[in-house]
Amino acid sequence: MSYLTDRKRAVGKGSSHSGTEQFWGQAISAVGLLILMPMFALTFGHALGMPYNEAIAYYQHPFPAIVAAMTVVTTMVHFRHGIQVVIEDYSRGVTKKVLVIFCTAISYTVLAVALYGLARIAF
Amino acid sequence: MVQFKLPKNSTVRVGKTWDKPTGTANVRKFQIYRWSPDDGQNPRVDTYFVDMDNCGPMVLDALIKIKNEIDPTLTFRRSCREGICGSCAMNIDGINTLACIYGMDEIKGDVKIYPLPHTPVVKDLIPDLTHFYAQHASIMPWLETKTNRPAKEWRQSIEDRKKLDGLYECVMCASCSTSCPSYWWNGDRYLGPAALLHAYRWLIDSRDEATGERLDDLEDPFKLYRCHTIMNCAKTCPKGLNPAKAIASIKKMMVERTL
Repeated sequence: MSYLTDRKRAVGKGSSHSGTEQFWGQAISAVGLLILMPMFALTFGHALGMPYNEAIAYYQHPFPAIVAAMTVVTTMVHFRHGIQVVIEDYSRGVTKKVLVIFCTAISYTVLAVALYGLARIAF
Repeated sequence: MVQFKLPKNSTVRVGKTWDKPTGTANVRKFQIYRWSPDDGQNPRVDTYFVDMDNCGPMVLDALIKIKNEIDPTLTFRRSCREGICGSCAMNIDGINTLACIYGMDEIKGDVKIYPLPHTPVVKDLIPDLTHFYAQHASIMPWLETKTNRPAKEWRQSIEDRKKLDGLYECVMCASCSTSCPSYWWNGDRYLGPAALLHAYRWLIDSRDEATGERLDDLEDPFKLYRCHTIMNCAKTCPKGLNPAKAIASIKKMMVERTL
């Protein structure tokens, strides 16, 4: 029980003056994925089933390697924005903060591992 | 916060079935949500039978007939009975709408009537819209100007006035906001379709001089960006308005001022 006025409840802590960057970032990454995903599917599909050495040699070419790197970066950026919105929708309090930190960490970890793998293949 | 199950004291039970009217074959069955804060009981659904030969065509006509002739304890809001005041918004046949302009011929089978979903109930079909109105007040639904008041009036071109069409008609019935899952889960912080439609109505008004301040106040992941373009608001609006489009336009204004 708390004697807050209706207006005080509605206004809460006020505007955080943020959110547009995340909204725009998610929209841009979505458009980027529309372009990158077919290219990634084509290059990855081409390498699928190749013997190990041939696949490594294929990913030493700049085009498939750059497409793969850009796809991973864009996917993880999109994932980080999107999953944060989902978590904010469905959870509250400490759970929300822990989940946002966890998913952000996962997205950066996946990104780092994927880029390291591509770099190792390339060099 | 997401709730997938009703609390025990909100579980709806089967209520009283009232007698059928005699001497007529044209009878329609109504199942209506009932709850009173005074008796400590769970909500229930009462069943009424209405003689359609002696009843108006709208759902509100039937509700008034039930209250006048069958059960005077049935409680609901109504005023203008022509879709202007927004008082009689309720969930009819699974759709949030105004009982006064929703024809019974649009409903197949029994007529099921509940209060607007995910709102605290004051009694029977009356939702508590206190927070909804406070959110509306928070978007400053009035003309804000800094220039000295003109001698006669704030002028507006015909083209600029046309931009308000599809926005000013909102009667604040809350059908849209209470049909929005984002508003169900985060209604304490998300302003909801109705308040945001009104916010856009003032943002786009050529006479208003507080556009920047209005956008500043709305720029928030919860106040504005909880809208995920689900479109329930546009689908349910009894006035045929499109709050989702207005919200998208606010988001566009937000992006435009950063690029």
